[in-house]
Amino acid sequence: MTRVIKYIFYALLRTRFILFYTVFLMVSTFAMFQIDSDSSKVVLSLLNIVLMVVPLISVVFTTIHFFNSYEFIELMLTQPVNRKVIFFAEYTSVATSLCFAFLISIGIPSLMFGADRSVITLLFTGITLTLVFVSLAFLSSVMTRDKAKAIGIALLFWFYFSLIYDGLLLWVVYTFNDYPLEKVTLALIAFNPVDMARIIMLLQLDISALMGYTGAFYKDFFGSYIGLLFSVFILFLWIIVPLMIALKIFSKKDL
Amino acid sequence: MVSFINIHKKFGKVKVLDNVSLDLRPGKSYALIGPNGSGKTTLIKSLLGLVIPTSGEILFQDKSIFNDWKYRENIGYMPQIGRYPENISVGQLIDMMKNIRPHQEKVDEELIDAFKLYKIYDKKMHSLSGGTRQKVSAALAFLFNTPVLILDEPTAGLDPISVEILKEKIISEKLKGKLLIVTSHILSDLDEFTSDIVYIFEGKIQYNNTIEVLKEETNEKRLGKAIATLIRQKELLNSVLQ
Repeated sequence: MTRVIKYIFYALLRTRFILFYTVFLMVSTFAMFQIDSDSSKVVLSLLNIVLMVVPLISVVFTTIHFFNSYEFIELMLTQPVNRKVIFFAEYTSVATSLCFAFLISIGIPSLMFGADRSVITLLFTGITLTLVFVSLAFLSSVMTRDKAKAIGIALLFWFYFSLIYDGLLLWVVYTFNDYPLEKVTLALIAFNPVDMARIIMLLQLDISALMGYTGAFYKDFFGSYIGLLFSVFILFLWIIVPLMIALKIFSKKDL
Repeated sequence: MVSFINIHKKFGKVKVLDNVSLDLRPGKSYALIGPNGSGKTTLIKSLLGLVIPTSGEILFQDKSIFNDWKYRENIGYMPQIGRYPENISVGQLIDMMKNIRPHQEKVDEELIDAFKLYKIYDKKMHSLSGGTRQKVSAALAFLFNTPVLILDEPTAGLDPISVEILKEKIISEKLKGKLLIVTSHILSDLDEFTSDIVYIFEGKIQYNNTIEVLKEETNEKRLGKAIATLIRQKELLNSVLQ
């Protein structure tokens, strides 16, 4: 497996995309620290990047990479190499390089300008979201043979979780606002990794007070150990489930 | 050594392989022939595990190949269209293949020398012509001294000198007692290095016997004529049956 990973890493580094991604994130983080000296405000601005840009880059990059390495995958499969090994090697190398880029580019400026606990949460949510969306992108890549279609599906995932789902959730809350919806929304949020990440982060920033009673309820829930475990578990499921479905499809796929 | 048992394969609604059963024995060399799109490459790819049959079983040395991958250590494969990572050089590609099979100590670099591939070691794969690519494919297929060799249209696209080099290599490997599976449309080539004919048409095996028997049956001396006669007979039979 390590041999296969080595070659995939080699191919990833050649594209230089990861480098651009790192530089882009680092420059924006630096810029934000320069503009604002209040680190919690900076973290809030960074949160928007993490919630929008990181998933987008993750899905697009992963899908493009998968289709670019189609030849490599095909070649490996004519050799004594396990299909599962190839699949996990691809996942590990793409996910590792994206996570590493994220960690460096947000982590280093934060350390330089003084980090508090919220930065660690930010890093955690960013990495989790990267892993989740790399999984989803793998799923979309193995679902079709057509690169354009796969990127389309991957973008749809991003669009759905970043924009559409929130719209639907708002609609539900608005329509049923006569009923107590705290627990319902809590359950609904679990179906969207981006929302999960956002709430975990917002509660860290002590602006939950702005969210009124619901905020207090969330704070109560996510502040507790069970809530924390619950959210980590749900995000973990969001990584594993799409990945396992993708693996199942991949191991029966005709190449 | 290799057995296909009732293999069916559908791509969507199209039936590509229809109840194919075939026994391939070591020491023999098989020519897979049939018109374009008759299922030859699909059959080969299903043996390599690149295509998963809809139903049926494939045995390699009496063990099912499904969910197995180790058996591929025994197979050297030369694809019809060699698709390789475009951004790496020929040398890197060959090193990579050696690295993937670390247990293989003895490598056979005869073809690399014969095709003078070491001269283009630092050329990138995407800059290679179709014929050169084919040479790389051939060199990789023979690299590991595997007991089974699968060659999908080995001589298509090669220049006459290289064709002769490759043919010589194929014949010498055949004489070592390896199992050879060759598809080709150049029947005179097949006459030189195969002993058995497997004729596939529309996903079904229509004929499977030695070349001598085929020639006797059709009263022809040349393989090309013999196969043409065979196909005509089959067509006649089919039209009568319909």
